[in-house]
Amino acid sequence: MTKHSLSVPQRCGASASFQPTSLPTRVGVGLKSEHYQQIIETRPDLGFFEIHAENYLVDGGAFHHYLTRIREIYPLSIHGVGLSIGGETALDNSHLNRLAALLDRYEPQSFSEHLAWASHGDIFLNDLLPLAYTQESVQCVCDHIDQVQSHLQRQMLLENPATYVEFSASNMSETDFINTVIERTGCGLLLDVNNVYVSCINHNRDPYAYIKALPHASVGEIHLAGFASETDAVGDPLLIDSHGSPVAQEVWSLYEHTLSLTGPVGTLIERDNDIPSFDVLFAESQQAGKLLRAATHKPVVQEQTA
Amino acid sequence: MSGQEQLFDALLGPELTAPSGLTAWNGSDVTTRFAVYRNNVIVSLVDALANTYPVTLELVGEEFFHAMARLFIAAQPPRTRVMTFYGEELPGFIELFTPASSVPYLADVARLEFLRVRAFHALDASELPVDAITQVLSKPDDLPGLVFGLHPSLGLLQSNYAVVSLWAAHQGITDISTVDPFIGENALIIRPQLEVEVLRLDPGAAEFVAHLSQGASLGSAAVQASDAHADFDLNSIIGLLVQHHCISSIN
Repeated sequence: MTKHSLSVPQRCGASASFQPTSLPTRVGVGLKSEHYQQIIETRPDLGFFEIHAENYLVDGGAFHHYLTRIREIYPLSIHGVGLSIGGETALDNSHLNRLAALLDRYEPQSFSEHLAWASHGDIFLNDLLPLAYTQESVQCVCDHIDQVQSHLQRQMLLENPATYVEFSASNMSETDFINTVIERTGCGLLLDVNNVYVSCINHNRDPYAYIKALPHASVGEIHLAGFASETDAVGDPLLIDSHGSPVAQEVWSLYEHTLSLTGPVGTLIERDNDIPSFDVLFAESQQAGKLLRAATHKPVVQEQTA
Repeated sequence: MSGQEQLFDALLGPELTAPSGLTAWNGSDVTTRFAVYRNNVIVSLVDALANTYPVTLELVGEEFFHAMARLFIAAQPPRTRVMTFYGEELPGFIELFTPASSVPYLADVARLEFLRVRAFHALDASELPVDAITQVLSKPDDLPGLVFGLHPSLGLLQSNYAVVSLWAAHQGITDISTVDPFIGENALIIRPQLEVEVLRLDPGAAEFVAHLSQGASLGSAAVQASDAHADFDLNSIIGLLVQHHCISSIN
């Protein structure tokens, strides 16, 4: 049975030995090289910046020059897209070593990766691909996360995916899968609210029920982004996680609802395609900031199993 | 074959049909849904190549470049997780790509572009102060035995085509109508601070730098360059290397 109680959720119950995620409960923006100069010159009032780890696995030059300066001013989230946590094949140890060196260099407040796979053998597909949810795959994902967390000596956040197909082999729900992984590994959840909305529309599920089924106290970061709308073979909506447009109204509403369950959580405005001027992204971050500040002053309604 | 292996093959393979085992809630043909992944994979890789090779793309047009890139991706999918360096083999692929044979300079322009990307992200190195260099070079007896440590970003391209002029024309630096692509040029690529510079070297200077970058001493490189090119001017190339901060150390 469940009961409702008012309490401050315990964030990210990682194993004690790992450095926990500690993003400020403010709004951040994805860092784009087009915006380096303006950020350094104007020092916009933002909670943090987030980078894609793989873009900075280079030896030197402008990317490290500017990131070093920006890191001196802001907290940082490092978000990986290449580890292939959900892959059947072994993690690439040399890639893990490079990530470890990057994390040592920039000491970010958060490191996150995806519940997806991106490589098979030594070939990298540069996309976040879906996996079947089974007892075998949940164990494989847990093993990979254990490996990452012990290699990096820190907690990682796992991001829920945006998907377009499901698998006949799956015998557990995505939320059960995520709950199991978090429980077994002590990793946190990077809750991508746009991904929740996209996947739920694509698979005819209720996004509010999906959010309700997640472990709210483990949410260490929230992502917000825009999607593109297409249709599938019979004309039903097929939303694409495009990161190429502003956050949709439906996603803002779902975000507001999410905050009422999780309490305030560091939130990122993500934009990877059709990148607008920094001012446009900053304005969008202000919108998220209003909702986040409102959530700060509200007690959290947390569901607990008695 | 495992589920992911099947998916993997279908993502890069020529068939548009989806592999078995995929479902949709409404029972619709999953080919349309699976195509989103196929498209994401291909578009992201084509975009990565287009980012690295913008002038190559402009020289042949978007349609041609995209078609060529798709064939390249099928032949040589990424073995790196760092997309910045994906496609180093594209110039070699272009050289053997028959439809591009009417643009014989395309491969070398692509080589120049990859050298620029590599220079942009190369290790930072402190340059040797001009005073220190001048002091060392002021002792003529020691000169032949000196070995220059070149900046990690330095790259050299010796081409039978006008690679520097072609590249410069696509930056709006020179007028393309004045460029004869069949006049050979040599490019020196260097990133002293944050910006990559592309400089044109005469054949003797290029020969000299090629020997230096292989670790030859100043004397040996100069002898080989002047043997091959009677008009080789040692002072002018040393001046250029100093001016553009190409020398990181002298031993």
